[in-house]
Amino acid sequence: MTTTTASSADWAATARLLRRSGFGATGAEIDAASAMGAQAWLAAALASDPEKDAGAVRTPVPQLAILPKPSGPPASPERKAYQKALVAQGTQLTAWWLRRMVAVENPLGEKLTFGWHNHFATAESKVRSPANMLVQNTALRRLGRGSFTRLAETMATDGAMLKWLDGNTNTVKAPNENLSREFMELFALGHGDGYTEQDVREGARALTGWTVGQDGVVAFVAKKHDTGSKTVLGTTGNLDMAGFVEAVLSRPASPAFVATRWWQLLVSPTAPSAASLQRVVAAYGPGRDLRAMFGAILSDPQVAQQAGSLVVTPVEWVVGAMRALQVPLTETTAGKFISIFRSLGQVPFEPPNVAGWPTGQAWLSTASAQTRYQAAVRLAAVGNLEAIASTAQTSRVEAVRHLLGIPTLSDRTAVALRTVAKDPKRLVATALVSPEYLVN
Amino acid sequence: MASIPPLDPTKPMDGLTRRTLLKASCGIGAAGVLAGAAAVTWDQVMHRAATTPLAGQTPILVLVTLYGGNDGLNTVVPYADAAYHDSRPDLAYAPEEVLHLDDQLGLNPGLKGLADLWKQKQLTIVRGVGYPQPDHSHFRSMDIWQTAAPESPVASGWIGRWLDAAGGDPLLALNIGDVLPPLAVGVTTTAAALSLTPAKGGTGRDAALAAFATVDPRDTAAAKQVVASYAAVGRVQTTFAAAEAAPATTTSTDLEVKGGLDVQLALVASCIKAGAPTRVYAVSLGGFDTHADEKTAQTIQLTQVDKALTAFRAALAGHPREKDVTTVAYSEFGRRVKANASQGTDHGTASNVFVMGESVKGGYVGDQPSLTDLDNGDLKSTVDFRAVYGDLLRSVLGADPARVLDKQFAPLGLIA
Repeated sequence: MTTTTASSADWAATARLLRRSGFGATGAEIDAASAMGAQAWLAAALASDPEKDAGAVRTPVPQLAILPKPSGPPASPERKAYQKALVAQGTQLTAWWLRRMVAVENPLGEKLTFGWHNHFATAESKVRSPANMLVQNTALRRLGRGSFTRLAETMATDGAMLKWLDGNTNTVKAPNENLSREFMELFALGHGDGYTEQDVREGARALTGWTVGQDGVVAFVAKKHDTGSKTVLGTTGNLDMAGFVEAVLSRPASPAFVATRWWQLLVSPTAPSAASLQRVVAAYGPGRDLRAMFGAILSDPQVAQQAGSLVVTPVEWVVGAMRALQVPLTETTAGKFISIFRSLGQVPFEPPNVAGWPTGQAWLSTASAQTRYQAAVRLAAVGNLEAIASTAQTSRVEAVRHLLGIPTLSDRTAVALRTVAKDPKRLVATALVSPEYLVN
Repeated sequence: MASIPPLDPTKPMDGLTRRTLLKASCGIGAAGVLAGAAAVTWDQVMHRAATTPLAGQTPILVLVTLYGGNDGLNTVVPYADAAYHDSRPDLAYAPEEVLHLDDQLGLNPGLKGLADLWKQKQLTIVRGVGYPQPDHSHFRSMDIWQTAAPESPVASGWIGRWLDAAGGDPLLALNIGDVLPPLAVGVTTTAAALSLTPAKGGTGRDAALAAFATVDPRDTAAAKQVVASYAAVGRVQTTFAAAEAAPATTTSTDLEVKGGLDVQLALVASCIKAGAPTRVYAVSLGGFDTHADEKTAQTIQLTQVDKALTAFRAALAGHPREKDVTTVAYSEFGRRVKANASQGTDHGTASNVFVMGESVKGGYVGDQPSLTDLDNGDLKSTVDFRAVYGDLLRSVLGADPARVLDKQFAPLGLIA
């Protein structure tokens, strides 16, 4: 099951590209991309439509009805039934996304969608509407490789976002600053990058009037909108939502902020060098072209120097393992695996706060080291280990490396894997927690 | 003390700056120590309590962090001030609703236990606590409070720096929960973290983690961090090996209750009574970011705090260590004086700090900020939070504040 190419530097570099742009990567995927040429593979992946991926077609978006909120008192049977239905819908939604992330043939679309979910972090715990969360998720997938202008405007008026950051009740009578502040600080500009408290307050006025009805539908209610003159970041006028977004996005610091945030998600926790940043920002350009930005980040010449500098997050780790081990997921079984996400501390649709999930060392506590091994055992138990079991024991270390798409193996890890090679389940579980598999 | 590399303040994009702190701390050679001190189990703490108990009459500090920015004006309510009612007509408490402290101020109706403490002079309310040039970001402002460095970001927390000076034993400070807050991370030492969900053991796991606990020359930076965390598992197990053999006093199922503040403080009370060699405990509660429908939401939150603190006090009542315990509750900022249209309030500035215990003087410290002389709609602070820390370091932890704080303040006299 091993290939001769697997030892080459080119294979390792391709493995890293695939792992950055997806969730793990299997040896077979790396072999195919390597044969095609890494840059050609990346160009094709960026050009593809995530909704047309064969795996996406096999995992259609669930139909989630907006649940009408009953009027009874908190403990009434109607309210209890409503809460129960919301939880069930939430499980259905998370299980669906897990299936989609595992099923897609090219995971780039889902990786970017998950990255945007982290960027515009919104949690169901406050939104209390899986249907609205799904609308947001679909928008992130559809617009995540278009223009940032369009994506930012869509998020500023997204139903789940309006509920999450209280935009829903931001009116001319008395503006609510939550969305305006987080939009500048976390979504588009960065903390301390030249905006003032006054900008936050005036921005909130510009965003007034956008509401989510009981039916979950977003509407602009003109009488709730502040039509007076506002000044946001030096732009003065009767600014509306689009005017606010433009005032923020046209700041010189905004492109570098967006580019740096994604660099730190895909490449390295260290900010890009001035030269890399310049290339990525140039690709983003005046059209705020996200596809070009992702292409520039993933193909930047300095990416190679950052090999192995990111700690893989739990969602990437679980989905990567499931993809490599071909863990069968159905609508009914997928929900059972959400507990793995929970035990590792990262559940899709439940970021801890508006800044998204932690990164790096935060995933490396001694407690998580222990929990991760338990999860690895569980995944190995339900995975397809045929590629290992059918390989002679002496070749199983290379086989598991190929199966899991590990770019390079240290002597330390090779020795550790060799000592458990007799038992395919234990070998796979051990490889899944190896330092090499846990970094990108 | 090695020089602390400055953090990039333009990067709260990575949200919980705790991570930035950890990374920065690693950069100065503490990798492994950080993760190494991280997780201890209940049995391990109890074992240390039995073998190396805290000397009797040693003062103990319990820090309660309220995340989200608790609205100070609806916690200690200036019910007699017309400006209060004018600023937030739908949100204001009527004079008869609050628990009167005097003829000007009253506590939120959810804080009945604290009102009793006040009468017994076991509650000091420090008013108008803040810092110069207040920051309205949750992430940055909480970092400022926890690192005690308002001017520029630093990589260590104030309790962490106290630990550095106190030396050696991570159990001197114990965080309840797996994830260490920035306040607990020092330059060379970090607090211990009591894991509420102990993982089950297993030889396969131990063997795998032990095999990966050695650095290989080919390891990348992040791979080295993974290796350090695995090495830490082994170190924690070795350090506390004797505890594994000792009889368990509490079953793990008791601890798997994913704790609210009541569960966390109940654990602290058990640790104190058992004699754990711990001088600082850190607990927390989130959910104070009341941009909308604040009145009900905040009362529910404060009632939770009050009940947990009252139960904590009851758990210690009559115990010889009861008088040793000082409990402090704070949040990253208060909220805007004027309500918004969502029956909530936006991020503000100065607020109250509660200091509780038999050794506190009781009453008020610091002037009540004016509701009319505002800084762009926000309260002007009258007490620097580092002055509060200075008193706690001096009078509770017996430490020289100059070793922990960048700036020195005159004592407030919080502790009798």
